[in-house]
Amino acid sequence: MVLQPLPTVVVIGNGMVGYKFCEKLLAKTQAFKLVVFGEEPRVAYDRVHLCEYFGGKTADDLLLAPLQWYHDNTITLHLGDPVQEIDRANRTVHSRGGLVQPYDYLVLATGSSAFVPDIPGVEKAGVMVYRTIEDLEEIKAYAATAKRGAVLGGGLLGLEAAKALLDLGVPETHVIEFAPRLMPRQIDAAGSQMLQTKLEALGLQIHLSKATSSIGGEDTIDALHFGDGSRLEVDMLVISAGIRPRDELARLAGLEVGLRGGIVVNDEMQTSDPRIFAIGECALHGGMIYGLVAPGYDMAEVVASQLTQGARAFTGYDMSSKLKLIGVDVASFGDPFIAEPHSRSIVFEDAHRGVYKRINISPDGKYLLGGVLIGDAEAYNLLLQTVNNKIVLPPHPEDLILGARGGEATEGAGVLSLPDEALVCSCEAVTKGAICGAVTELGITTVEGMKKCNKAGTGCGGCVPMVKDLIQGTLLAQGAYIKNVLCEHFEYSRQELFDLLKINDIRTYDAALDHFGRGDGCETCKPAIGSILSGLWNDLIVKQNTIQDTNDRYLANIQKGGSYSVVPRIAAGEVTPEQLMVIGRVAQKYGLYTKITGGQRIDLFGAHVSDLPDIWEELINAGFESGHAYGKSLRTVKSCVGSTWCRFGLHDSVSLAIEIENRYKGIRSPHKLKSGVSGCVRECAEAQAKDFGIIATEKGWNLYVCGNGGAKPQHAQLLATDVDKETLVRYLDRFLMFYIKTADPLMRTATWLNKLEGGLAYLKNVVINDSLGICAELEAEMALLIQNYHCEWREVVENPELRRQFTHFVNAPTLKDPSIEFEPVRGQKIVKAW
Amino acid sequence: MEAVIDVTWVAVCRATDIPADGGACALVEGEQVAIFNFARRGEWYATQNLCPHKQQMALARGMIGSTGEACEPKVACPFHKRTFSLLTGECLNGEECSIQTYPVKVEDGVVYIGWA
Ligand SMILES: Cc1cc2nc3c(=O)[nH]c(=O)nc-3n(C[C@H](O)[C@H](O)[C@H](O)COP(=O)(O)OP(=O)(O)OC[C@H]3O[C@@H](n4cnc5c(N)ncnc54)[C@H](O)[C@@H]3O)c2cc1C
Ligand code: SF4
Ligand code: SF4
Ligand code: FES
Repeated sequence: MVLQPLPTVVVIGNGMVGYKFCEKLLAKTQAFKLVVFGEEPRVAYDRVHLCEYFGGKTADDLLLAPLQWYHDNTITLHLGDPVQEIDRANRTVHSRGGLVQPYDYLVLATGSSAFVPDIPGVEKAGVMVYRTIEDLEEIKAYAATAKRGAVLGGGLLGLEAAKALLDLGVPETHVIEFAPRLMPRQIDAAGSQMLQTKLEALGLQIHLSKATSSIGGEDTIDALHFGDGSRLEVDMLVISAGIRPRDELARLAGLEVGLRGGIVVNDEMQTSDPRIFAIGECALHGGMIYGLVAPGYDMAEVVASQLTQGARAFTGYDMSSKLKLIGVDVASFGDPFIAEPHSRSIVFEDAHRGVYKRINISPDGKYLLGGVLIGDAEAYNLLLQTVNNKIVLPPHPEDLILGARGGEATEGAGVLSLPDEALVCSCEAVTKGAICGAVTELGITTVEGMKKCNKAGTGCGGCVPMVKDLIQGTLLAQGAYIKNVLCEHFEYSRQELFDLLKINDIRTYDAALDHFGRGDGCETCKPAIGSILSGLWNDLIVKQNTIQDTNDRYLANIQKGGSYSVVPRIAAGEVTPEQLMVIGRVAQKYGLYTKITGGQRIDLFGAHVSDLPDIWEELINAGFESGHAYGKSLRTVKSCVGSTWCRFGLHDSVSLAIEIENRYKGIRSPHKLKSGVSGCVRECAEAQAKDFGIIATEKGWNLYVCGNGGAKPQHAQLLATDVDKETLVRYLDRFLMFYIKTADPLMRTATWLNKLEGGLAYLKNVVINDSLGICAELEAEMALLIQNYHCEWREVVENPELRRQFTHFVNAPTLKDPSIEFEPVRGQKIVKAW
Repeated sequence: MEAVIDVTWVAVCRATDIPADGGACALVEGEQVAIFNFARRGEWYATQNLCPHKQQMALARGMIGSTGEACEPKVACPFHKRTFSLLTGECLNGEECSIQTYPVKVEDGVVYIGWA
């Protein structure tokens, strides 16, 4: 039997794209014989990271695949033997070494060469280009002794080369640019200006609008002469004035080439001869040469697909780029220049920090079209994805470049919100879905692992930060899921446990642990279950005080040093002079530091644990009760004086606040609750910063929910408008109970709402329209909690057994902790610093 | 096995003085000692009362519990929730600090601390 010979694909050029083509074709089929001709003496290497060669990487480190790989894949490889001629009639190529190789298909991946302008003297020693490992070796050799170096060209590559000279220790490095500004093709004028300032700060000397007329020196360069008559003494010059596609073979073979160079190809990457393809930097597609690696890889994919009956076509490519300059971030993405009336631009400039950012958004404000980042390109990947995936912008697109004001980091959430199809690594065409999948399904947890797994981040490397964010975000999301279970002792979420304990009528922590947990519990599940039990039955927490956080166990707030603070309830901030005097006398007697709190009450600091019951007793005797400042429960309902005194007041905000505070006092919730009532829209009680806030209107009350002060402020959102008091209270009962039942431990209402699927609209439906049919139940549950209210202080004061526990030393009850030390301040005392 | 150290047993308080599954502080030979009544396991533990994290006399007021497959008994400082093994005194949050532990026994309803 005679085997049909496999059709032969000959690849000319073993550069980045030529190599990638082999890899992609082999991934699809073994049905071709692959023959590769390379001009360079070594196999394909990572040109993009060429500068790392200066940083100590070896040529071998930079190889895209070792020589062995070519053998393993039975690729016939001719290195250091460039093709000199293509004979289209006979379908053969002729190499310089004399080989004649027939082809069925021919792929030109000849790349480009550095463009060297026709300046008299370019042939002199000490003038070089920056493209191959050999070029770098030459640069390195000259830089070792050079006093002054210059780079001709202030574009992406030129600046990279200039930085390399600096890093190589050339004492003086100059950049000569013909245009009036740096990187004119990537960034706008203001960006260039900022970039220049930053580069000068790094030590580069930049000369703009300079036409180099000749290169001086005998055989070796000694100076640059400019059109304006000036000159600059240098002993080495790196030319980086652009690239010139290597189309000489194609030209010779009569293939169509562009006026300014480049082998003309169609969307299938076919040249004017359908058996011959051209890819990478030598190809001219739609009048464009793509001088970046990612589009080259995409072209390789197109040809591999064409040869295997696929239908992939090349439809142009995004030219976004990020400069790998160490020390200055520079990036441009999408359309960096588009201006009015086709777009609106938002510009942020901080000359002091050397940051310039511009984003161009569509006139309707919906989409991001492009932009420029100088000095801080952290947002580059996210912005690029926002452009590429046409993600609808948030209402304040300026946040994209300013960051959410308040300093909260947003990236994590940002990357995870990208669609699964979003192309994160465009070099290797790896999507967000693939990256997250590798984390969840293959257990990949590092960038290195990801590189091995699906090559993400192995190309230009620009996506590495985003890959990292995605890995972390995905892990976090998984972790958050795991965290959703209470802790190692309970495999349930708080909400699940709430229902379980209710249905099974469980009233103690031990019973809960026996039925639904394992081990002996811990500081996480004990207070969480304590909170659930309180939310269910509102039994006395002092009955199970060892499962409570220390504040709940001692019914006071532990402070630095181990003393406690005491806050009696002063509902809505209304207090009589007599009560004030009682507080004053108690503070005086027990030596307490007093301060007005942010919630319109009085905090008494510095109480010894053994004094607590006595302090409470005196306060209770004067008509006070616990203020529950220690509990995850309602703190205060702040109020303004409203219509009772204020000339603007619409209704009696104080009376309502007192009523609300007394209604919900002592009820335990997943986290603390704060509230406020204002008598009119002037909002003196800051109700909209509270977990629930009430504001008087002409017709009744507006109810706002899920606001938050604290570390991460958030405005409360309007739940109901113009309701009467009875309706208001009903909605509040439902809202609070729904929160108590469904939130995670220690989750404030604001976060709870943010995480609630469906958000405010859903909450409204549940609370107002009873969409879940649970409102009657919620109201009944709340009624039970309200009915079971106790003043916990009174319980201790009146119970000798409990009272006995309020000592520092069990074996010396009258002795106070001698380690607590105070020092005087402004006529009071504070605890000594730790 | 550790060398058997000669300890003097100091009677400290009644067992009922220490809340079940909780702790209390006792003054032993001038030192503050946290004693834990791990009623759920029928075990007793004692450690120094000082939390080494911010030098707070607080461990006796911490919550106790266990961690890991082996259910290692532990206490969490009420201040910033550093946790320490009740067996070894080692910090379980990967920090350098550790705490002193003491032998405890209960006889005839009286709690004794072993003092070296
Ligand atoms: C210093 C530097 C930094 C760069 N940084 C980035 C970056 O950050 N991001 C980015 O996207 N891109 C960057 N690029 C561009 C990127 O390297 C190129 O887009 C990519 O290498 C193009 O691949 P290619 O295969 O088309 O060309 P090349 O990699 O140049 O490969 C072409 C190969 O063909 C060989 N060849 C030519 N003619 C013949 C012949 N007749 N016979 C046999 N062999 C022949 C050449 O010797 C060469 O080895 C950088 C380039 C340089 C030089
Ligand atoms: S909110 Fe309105 S009613 Fe209340 S004090 Fe301010 S101005 Fe007066
Ligand atoms: S803001 Fe910080 S320092 Fe001030 S009381 Fe609150 S927790 Fe303490
Ligand atoms: S003082 Fe104990 S954890 Fe900070």
